[in-house]
Amino acid sequence: MAYVSDNVMKFFRSSSNQAADPAVPQKLSRRSSGIGEVSRLLNSQEGLCVLDMGSTSANNIRFFTGKGHKNYSEDLLRSSLDPALRIEDGNGNSVIDTRKFLEENLQYGNGQFDVVLCWNLPDYMEEGLVKPTIDRLWSIMKPGGFLLAFFHTREAGPDSTCYRYHVNGTDILEMQEVKFALPGRPASEKQSPRLQRVFNNRHIENLFRDFASIKFFLARDAIREVLVVR
Amino acid sequence: MDAPQTGEGAHIGKSVVIKGELSGSEDLYVDGNVEGNIELRNNSLTVGPNGNVKANVSAKSVVIQGKLDGSVSASERVELQKSAVVTGDVTTQRIAIEEGAFLKGKVDIQKEAGKAAAPASSSSS
Repeated sequence: MAYVSDNVMKFFRSSSNQAADPAVPQKLSRRSSGIGEVSRLLNSQEGLCVLDMGSTSANNIRFFTGKGHKNYSEDLLRSSLDPALRIEDGNGNSVIDTRKFLEENLQYGNGQFDVVLCWNLPDYMEEGLVKPTIDRLWSIMKPGGFLLAFFHTREAGPDSTCYRYHVNGTDILEMQEVKFALPGRPASEKQSPRLQRVFNNRHIENLFRDFASIKFFLARDAIREVLVVR
Repeated sequence: MDAPQTGEGAHIGKSVVIKGELSGSEDLYVDGNVEGNIELRNNSLTVGPNGNVKANVSAKSVVIQGKLDGSVSASERVELQKSAVVTGDVTTQRIAIEEGAFLKGKVDIQKEAGKAAAPASSSSS
């Protein structure tokens, strides 16, 4: 219990101290029931296909390939910020070209993946991409495959830090702030992506309505972990 | 990693554009544009920060600071530095990835004969 409370305090302290030394991203640890369940699947079988949609992580590659699984990396949030994907709608507003995005990303065969790690992608991705992306994931996952996603609770503000996640043990994740050059900003001004929205439980259930089952794990750091079975 | 010193290997500067097959028996530093295939069986390839390589690469070790679009096969080691943007599958015994590097593709860690684990490391992250 002390471990959890220490980490909760570290989480809040880090939120207020981020400007102190932006060149050195802090690492925080948290227990994850969701990754614990994924680990049980990974430990029970060999040769599974894992799609990691977070920022590229050597930790994760080591964790998955060390257990004899195939690791695929695709940083979908960063890909979605490609200025070449922007088009104008009928009213002259800049919107993302969903069709082009799906032509350039998640190009895998149907039923290829046993595990998909979305991390916090749906909360930070542009609205128009979320549902089409989840639908594509449904197609490329095997029946019975696991999908893990993290959703902020309503206590989270728009400036909630966007983290990359490193698997650091059977149920331990290491979190590190994500920063990259955002569209329209100079490459030298790296920023953390902003939280786009907060899903409630009903929204989440609707998002994954085509999947077989959904399980929620409520954590103490304003995050719900959601484990979905295809 | 800086450009290699004179005499340590071949250097393709940033204004150079090459289309075709590249092979050799010395280390190669690419800071220009290469389109085709690169094969350096017993030597290393470094793609510099200005490098833009659209090629399948086979080498002993590969260090990427720039952009590479194609599959990478290294008999020993692959290193993606923080400015690396790699689209393609990577096959190697060891991989190091700096924070900020971008990789889109499959990573296949091939175990060394006689060794149980194949390490991947995260430097500076």
